[in-house]
Amino acid sequence: MSFSDSFFASRFGITRRNLENYLSDALSRGGDYADLYFEYLATSSISIDESIVKSATQGVSLGVGVRVISGERTGYAYSDDLSPEKIRKAAQVAAMIAAGPAKVEKTSLEEGQKRNLYPVLTAPGDTAFKERVELAQRADKAARAYDSRIFQAQVTYADNLRQVMVATSDGVLTYDRQPLARLSVLALARENGGVPQQGHSGGGGRYELDWFQTERTPEQFAQEAARQAIVQLGAADAPAGEQIVVLGPGWPGVLLHEAVGHGLEADFNRKGVSAFSGRIGQQVASPLCTVVDDGTIGGRRGSLNVDDEGNETQRNVLIENGILRGYLQDKLSSRILGAAATGSGRRESYEHIPMPRMTNTFMLAGESDPQDVIRSVPRGLYCANFAGGQVDITSGNFVFSASESYLIEDGKLTRPVKNATLIGNGPEAMKYVSMVGNDLKLDEGIGVCGKEGQSVPVGVGIPTVRIDRMTVGGTA
Amino acid sequence: MTFDSLPEIAQSVIRQALDGGATDAECTMSDGEEFSVNVRMGEVETLKEAGSRGAGLRVLIGTRMGSSYTSDLTPDGIRQMVRSAIDLAAFTTADPHIGLPDPDEFGSIKTDLRLFSEDVANLPTDLKIETAKRAEAAALAFDPRITNSEGGSFDCNIGGRVFANSRGFAGAYRWTYCSVSAVPIATLNDSMERDFWYTIARNYAGLEDPEYVGRKAAERAVRRLGAVKVETQRAPIIFEPRVARSLLGNLFEAVEGRAIYREASFLAGKLGEKIADERITLIDDGTIPGLFGSEPFDDEGVPTRRTPVIERGVLKNYLLNTYTARKLGMKTTGNASRGITGNAGIGHGNFFLEAGDKTPEQILRSVKNGFYVTELIGSGVNTVTGDYSRGAVGMWIRDGELAFPVSEVTIASTLQEMLNGVAEIGSDLEFRGSVSAPTIMIGEMTVAGR
Repeated sequence: MSFSDSFFASRFGITRRNLENYLSDALSRGGDYADLYFEYLATSSISIDESIVKSATQGVSLGVGVRVISGERTGYAYSDDLSPEKIRKAAQVAAMIAAGPAKVEKTSLEEGQKRNLYPVLTAPGDTAFKERVELAQRADKAARAYDSRIFQAQVTYADNLRQVMVATSDGVLTYDRQPLARLSVLALARENGGVPQQGHSGGGGRYELDWFQTERTPEQFAQEAARQAIVQLGAADAPAGEQIVVLGPGWPGVLLHEAVGHGLEADFNRKGVSAFSGRIGQQVASPLCTVVDDGTIGGRRGSLNVDDEGNETQRNVLIENGILRGYLQDKLSSRILGAAATGSGRRESYEHIPMPRMTNTFMLAGESDPQDVIRSVPRGLYCANFAGGQVDITSGNFVFSASESYLIEDGKLTRPVKNATLIGNGPEAMKYVSMVGNDLKLDEGIGVCGKEGQSVPVGVGIPTVRIDRMTVGGTA
Repeated sequence: MTFDSLPEIAQSVIRQALDGGATDAECTMSDGEEFSVNVRMGEVETLKEAGSRGAGLRVLIGTRMGSSYTSDLTPDGIRQMVRSAIDLAAFTTADPHIGLPDPDEFGSIKTDLRLFSEDVANLPTDLKIETAKRAEAAALAFDPRITNSEGGSFDCNIGGRVFANSRGFAGAYRWTYCSVSAVPIATLNDSMERDFWYTIARNYAGLEDPEYVGRKAAERAVRRLGAVKVETQRAPIIFEPRVARSLLGNLFEAVEGRAIYREASFLAGKLGEKIADERITLIDDGTIPGLFGSEPFDDEGVPTRRTPVIERGVLKNYLLNTYTARKLGMKTTGNASRGITGNAGIGHGNFFLEAGDKTPEQILRSVKNGFYVTELIGSGVNTVTGDYSRGAVGMWIRDGELAFPVSEVTIASTLQEMLNGVAEIGSDLEFRGSVSAPTIMIGEMTVAGR
């Protein structure tokens, strides 16, 4: 595709010359670097509740963000109007962070980014709305049919198409078309008028609607949500205190996201405010652990052709055989630290300043048979699913909330226990990993990561893992 | 485009929707100017300044509903939004409970809510930067163990809301706020701890001194140094006001109409029952001048009001919008809330727990062995079942004194037991945001640690 055929050029008449002029405006007060982030986001969602389609929504948001870096200072302004005078005004406001004469030569933009990790021909928004309604209806039906104790189901199907264009004063011009779709199902179960229990499931990625017909069906997600709700009906109180914990494969990889991922984002580390600051080359996990962040896996929710600063995403090794190898960089951090780009600069929208963020974060498979991992535990907790987590990157303390877990007694899963919070300390917890399964699994594609008020889609993954010591919060 | 031009656009959206076949329509528009500056180690780190607008539309065609939004307020953008909403209505199911509020429910309260202060628009940039610097500098100077900082910041916002519907309701209001915060980091040997403090007000003069904010944040970070894990045990728990607010957030989720009609709340079906200790009186009030949860009408054009949710331990009211009220055979409580991009959900006004008569010091002194919680992390609260399990940070209490810092532990119980097990409510209620609570002491919870 040539520039003139690109979305912003053809739809809004933006020329290469315009971009170069805006960048000059942004650097007119002597900034070191500037970039422009154009975004056009078209979203749609439908939701089913009580077996009827209660809402159907579509919308558009568009705008441009202008950033200027001067030393370690960042100026930022945005406009939801793409007229030249509004963009220039935003550029001039952002420029104020620097104070001096312009010192950067006029930018000459070269197009980067050639690959396509999500070659979606029919964007979700172009599919007939009816097909989306049918998907959601199938999920609703399947959740209710799973078991007579299921008394409520809520299904949401949401998709969007984000068109982005990044132009930078170091000469990079990229544009990308980023589809994203997600189906979520919430099921409520009740037995004999007792306390209701809920189960949740969902998935998706940067796929066409087709994916939900062939790869993962609405029925699969619905049955999984219903199954989790039914399991909870029979759940006993969870034990409290330090335990041996076994994490099942897939979504429990959220442990890595919280325990190590955030702490390795370069902004925290360059400021020395992360529990992992200054620990490159040190042992921060058991030698069985190799953790990577990979934004290049085709179709995955956390994947991107280019990050939101115009750099190609890549596969970054964070921890190799337990040794801390590297941080996730955005442009500002890599400039200050003199570090190579990792393609990790992301932002929620044109209204936001980019930051180092994760993409798809997972632990590589080990050698243990997952059944042997469970069999090795005399007494402990097996966590099959989690609801989410949070970390205090400075102390390193993190929590995550189990949504499906079982007691392990004499090497066997005995009974389900209620949702409990698990807590640990990032640089310490991973040292207690004593077995890693050969069954690496990535999550189904529902993750949303929040940092400093900005949400971005991410993925996680992990094989079955045994952690010898972790505090389990217990229930009541 | 100025704020004053938005009501006319909203009217035009309504007209276009009716012309396009809608039987009813409502349009919400927002307008905002934001400014934020973060200063770190005495230098400006980021400075952001921008404004944005958007419109959201909900149409009804009989009892089917479609909705749409846009940030593109050009005539083309508006036409596309109207067309989307009308087209989408064909895909939803006819639902007899859907609709605008009854005609006699529309309105706006007449009290001057004092939400807007002109001075916020005119604050010089230098003053804003200086204020952020003062907060951080005070934190860094507080104690030699404060060795680093995530910075001091100053934020201000001027916002506006316009709402109009096809039944003739039209309203608009504007608000301002500004805030100052500091996030210092304390170091001891190899371990680091951070904490924060902030102040927020409708105008600059209403803010606490930036130096106070910085010192308070630093004091909190320093006292966390050397935190240990305690033994797993049952113990009394004191929630300081800042974390007690999160309990109110949990209760809000359990009393809002959607959770109730879906029977997805431990408080569904409990109206009129005693569900809490009689010291608990929980109020939602969107009509208190100057406060952060106040607004003249909700996001369906219904006047805000004062609604007792729990009165002396008895569950009195759920918080409802029009749809959930009709589902439950009740009346809206004026709690409809929506952004530009969504459907009318449910929000709260000033949602607060009435103060008790003991000072926080008196409550603390009454505890021989217990946990004073200053921060909670994680999402381990299930408002369907009431199960409660969260990560906690704070100070261990020995013989009525804060003895040593604690971290990497969790606290667990159920919301039902916590509500009934309230041992004390403090007298220290302050309105610092739209959810406010005084100190709350719960008789006993499980603390999981070593």
